[in-house]
Amino acid sequence: MASIELPHIAAAARPRAPGLFARLARHLAKNPSALIGVSIYLVFVLVAALAGSIAPYDPIEILFTEDGQLAASLPPSAAHLLGTTNLGRDVFSQLVLGARPSLFVGLTAAVAVATIGSAVGLVAGYLGGWVDRALMRLADLVLGLPFLPFVIVLVALIGPSLQNIVLTVAILLWPNAARVIRSQVLTLSQRQFIEAARVTGAGEWRIMLVHIAPNIVPLAFLYGSIAVGWAILTQASLSFLGFGATDTISWGTMLQDAYASQALDREQFSWFVPPGICLVLVVLAGFLISRGYEELLFPKLGEG
Amino acid sequence: MAYFGRRFLHMLIVLWAIATILFLLFRLMPTDPSIAHLDPTFTEEQRQLVRAQFGLDRPLFEQYLIYMKNLAEGEFGLSFRQRQPVMGLVLAVLPNTLLLTSSALIVAYLFGALLGASLAWRRGSLFEKISVPLVLATRAAPEFWLGMIVLAIFAFGLNWFPSGGANVAGARYASEWERIFSLDYLRHLVLPVLTLAIYLQGLPALLMRSNMLEIMREEFVTMARMKGLSERRIMLRHAARNALLPLVTAFALGFGQSVGGNVVIENVFSWPGLGRLLVDAVANSDYPLAQGAFLVIAFVLVVMNFIADLMYGLLDPRVVHGEH
Repeated sequence: MASIELPHIAAAARPRAPGLFARLARHLAKNPSALIGVSIYLVFVLVAALAGSIAPYDPIEILFTEDGQLAASLPPSAAHLLGTTNLGRDVFSQLVLGARPSLFVGLTAAVAVATIGSAVGLVAGYLGGWVDRALMRLADLVLGLPFLPFVIVLVALIGPSLQNIVLTVAILLWPNAARVIRSQVLTLSQRQFIEAARVTGAGEWRIMLVHIAPNIVPLAFLYGSIAVGWAILTQASLSFLGFGATDTISWGTMLQDAYASQALDREQFSWFVPPGICLVLVVLAGFLISRGYEELLFPKLGEG
Repeated sequence: MAYFGRRFLHMLIVLWAIATILFLLFRLMPTDPSIAHLDPTFTEEQRQLVRAQFGLDRPLFEQYLIYMKNLAEGEFGLSFRQRQPVMGLVLAVLPNTLLLTSSALIVAYLFGALLGASLAWRRGSLFEKISVPLVLATRAAPEFWLGMIVLAIFAFGLNWFPSGGANVAGARYASEWERIFSLDYLRHLVLPVLTLAIYLQGLPALLMRSNMLEIMREEFVTMARMKGLSERRIMLRHAARNALLPLVTAFALGFGQSVGGNVVIENVFSWPGLGRLLVDAVANSDYPLAQGAFLVIAFVLVVMNFIADLMYGLLDPRVVHGEH
């Protein structure tokens, strides 16, 4: 009877699911670089969440000194940890609040890439035939587009909001995830527990969603984590080129502001070095996590 | 030969598809591409005249056919702003971009291959433990920010190099060759090349390292060891040589990607190249120019991917015979 057999098969379909988090924790302890990556993320998430109370000033408020002068281009001091911009804005406050758009773009793009990649990979791998061929040709085509120029053109046409930047990044990055997930689905379809499910009379959709989908979650997570860094760098580059959202302060807009205001000429390192370091740290954290996670998924690659 | 033909056909299809996507993007957008450049004081009649000039009053499919025919003939239309043929504007800056990209890639791959080889050679050492995260950090750094640091130090701080452009303003040269090989041009080239090379070296370095580590596990290396060859000789003659091959294809792929990725570097250093042209055109809603610059960037990318495919086939004959 199907009703009796099903719990068995469900258990077989997700043989590693309960152990995964335990393995993850153990792996993290053994893998210092992944641990560093996770810690960096936690710090930035905390900063972004508490940004309102950490930042001493309103980031776009024009500040004046006690004697009524514009507080422009001040060097770092106790009152202004990283000095002020040429228009008298507090750099440190901008830096703290700049964590928000970066994390928003990075994390939503990760979710979007993982979702689209899984959906396309599942459908292409499981259905096969012309659906598979059409989707994979589409993936080839998207991978053949020049990344940043395409993002620039598309964002200029649909409007420079953070959501649109996430959308364009997702449009360009799903194929990598979809290809790998598709081949994983092809391998899984040959496995015995799928055969068993079919014998018990499970429908195609049920097999796809209940038996195969849970097994591609780790891969989707891996490609999502890779997308974090790409999305954050893309958003920063777009802001720098002047195509970013103009109403939000991000590390990219800070750098653009510093560049356009001759901060380089005036050697205001405290203005344009910290946003760059924050970008490096967040993107590097993404690299470290995805590398560590890759070793967890494919232990052989980690040797050497 | 059949392999070559198949890849070539594939390349043409990709080019056609990219051109079509771009056509649809620009035409199906809610805003009329001709409005932006039109003076608000234009009368409705003048507006129609301009639209007719650019062929924007015809049915979409007819516009598409004209567009494809023009592209096939290398005709990219007139720039809205400069009123000059787009092709001429694009070709004028193309050498700057190609030169920047190839110089940076050569520096990056020479340095990266050496670094990667020495990382593999000293695996497990402190040098390797520090270098690998450092290399990853250079891949994580935004290119434009690296460029800003380089500018602040070498152009503004030390005053060693100019801060932007490709030639001193107003300089005249007898020919394009003379301009490119002038000392002035090379001085302007140094900082953008340095910045781009810092960003690009990470990939060959990491690739070389993992290739070497993989090869050193193979039998012929064990064989060489058993023959009593010195570790140095094994490394250089056997491991490094074979590990270099995949870098050749990575170089070709990197070239294509970098021509598009240069957009940011060219803007930091005001380098008059394709990327800067694209950004200026998009910022000014000069659609024909933006379209032309984008298509040429895409063309370089697709052609380099094709060349990489061919080289991959040449270096590894199994690819040619196995694929169907």
